Amino acid sequence: MIVGEQKPLAEIKQMLVGFRKVLVVGCGTCVTVCMAGGEKEVGILASALRMSTRLDGNAIECDEATVQRQCEWEYIDPLGSRLANYDAVLSLACGIGVQTLVQRFPNVWVVPGLNTTFLGMPPEQGVWEERCQACGECILDKTGGICPIARCSKQLLNGPCGGSQNGVCEVNPQTPCAWQLIYERMSAMGRLEHLLEIQPPKNWSAARHGGPRRIIRDDLRLPEDYRTT
Amino acid sequence: MSELAHNGYKSGSNLERVLKAGHFAVTGELGPPKNHDANVIRRKAALLKGYVDTVNITDNQTAIVRMSSIAAGVLLIQEGMDPVIQMTCRDRNRLGMQSDLLGAAALGVKNVLCLTGDHQSFGNHPTAKNVHDLDSIQLVRMVKDMRDESRFQCGEEIPGGGPRFFIGAAANPFGDPFDFRPYRLAKKVAAGADFIQTQLIYDIPRFREFMKRVVDMGLHEKVFILAGVGPLKSVGMAKYMRDQVPGMIVANEYIERMEAAVKHIDKTDKKARAEAWQQEGIRICIEQIQQIKEIEGVAGIHIMAIEWEEAIRPIVEGAGLLPRPVIQ
Repeated sequence: MIVGEQKPLAEIKQMLVGFRKVLVVGCGTCVTVCMAGGEKEVGILASALRMSTRLDGNAIECDEATVQRQCEWEYIDPLGSRLANYDAVLSLACGIGVQTLVQRFPNVWVVPGLNTTFLGMPPEQGVWEERCQACGECILDKTGGICPIARCSKQLLNGPCGGSQNGVCEVNPQTPCAWQLIYERMSAMGRLEHLLEIQPPKNWSAARHGGPRRIIRDDLRLPEDYRTT
Repeated sequence: MSELAHNGYKSGSNLERVLKAGHFAVTGELGPPKNHDANVIRRKAALLKGYVDTVNITDNQTAIVRMSSIAAGVLLIQEGMDPVIQMTCRDRNRLGMQSDLLGAAALGVKNVLCLTGDHQSFGNHPTAKNVHDLDSIQLVRMVKDMRDESRFQCGEEIPGGGPRFFIGAAANPFGDPFDFRPYRLAKKVAAGADFIQTQLIYDIPRFREFMKRVVDMGLHEKVFILAGVGPLKSVGMAKYMRDQVPGMIVANEYIERMEAAVKHIDKTDKKARAEAWQQEGIRICIEQIQQIKEIEGVAGIHIMAIEWEEAIRPIVEGAGLLPRPVIQ
């Protein structure tokens, strides 16, 4: 899932200075599951904003809405008729949701209430960890299903650096060394010899280094007259 | 360190001295080789020496690996010349850049041109990561803070004072959105640029309009603006630049003139065609310099004749810009 984290209230208030009526829009998918921007968080943040701005003497009227997926036209289109009533929208979706709203409703001022943090999962309740960097050319077959691009601080491809000690990364003792994990798993699976191959420099053009990415599937695309963009 | 400690100069480079003395500056460009042959640099330097005030050394231009711009610049210094080291944000992060700036200064480099850098997908290592830790405007500010505040980008003090560079930046009057271009130039000036070199100009009316806006904003009084020109070598090159190079405009007038230059030459006589094209390309370049010289706010000319350094002398001579001033 896409994992996000709510911005501090003070920063959100700063983005909303000068606006009187704001619609707080949550998203029912990833950020609901990581408990950063779903219906519940929209309710809590909207209340906090109402109270806090009233205490400041600059009360902002905050209404609430949550759509199933802020990154698809069909889910955000029903918002269209309501938006004219507001000075701004505070989106609690990831950065994709914010930009989908902006592209669909170009006359509406939209600001982000979350920091979109990473692609990851919760190893336990209340903890989320990064697992994927969407590099565009998956190598998990070579590393025993543990990604050194997302989980090694130096994105090494040929084994651990000298900073791996007692299973943790030199950058942060809370971070397991990805190469320790890879070594252990490859060892347990009887595939250690695969780690002896020298991995050549990676093709980073498939990652964001090649510029913004796009996938076109002609087998799925509608005929030109039927496209909605 | 105060400005006075340096006789009022920021770096005291030849380029700075020429510009501050009020001369119309002439700068050239030299592309390092794709190997470690120092003689290539010396041979090209000999074609430029005495005809330009300073020579830009490109930094892996078009994202193709070449000899380091700083190393090539030091070879130029050994030939008694004053290089402008180009530095792009594509290949190094702020640690690498500051380290290289210290090294360049230690070896006598006095000018640096701060650039974003062509995207690596256009070059010979398209699968590389790009860095872009800083953008060109942030790089200008970093070099300025190293010089004027004696501070690294992190804020830490540079023991004994920072390296002193005359700081350059680029401007492309032909990129979009056109209306934003003068404002981007203004940001570079605010960040600390001392001089600007523009993208190749093959559309004088548009450059004139750009300069009018720059002058209306008063930017020409805060920064030395050098207009970029370059001789066309053939019709093919002109069309390639018009159609394939991002952010370039080539007026059809020039393409027509290049076509006309070889109209009466047999197509199989490749040598005669090449010569006719080169002569016409140099003639167009000289005319452009004469037109650009009349535009308010232009402090000099930057001639880009990469892999055709022989063209520099006839262009500078033909434009009536010789001899170059010598300032003690």
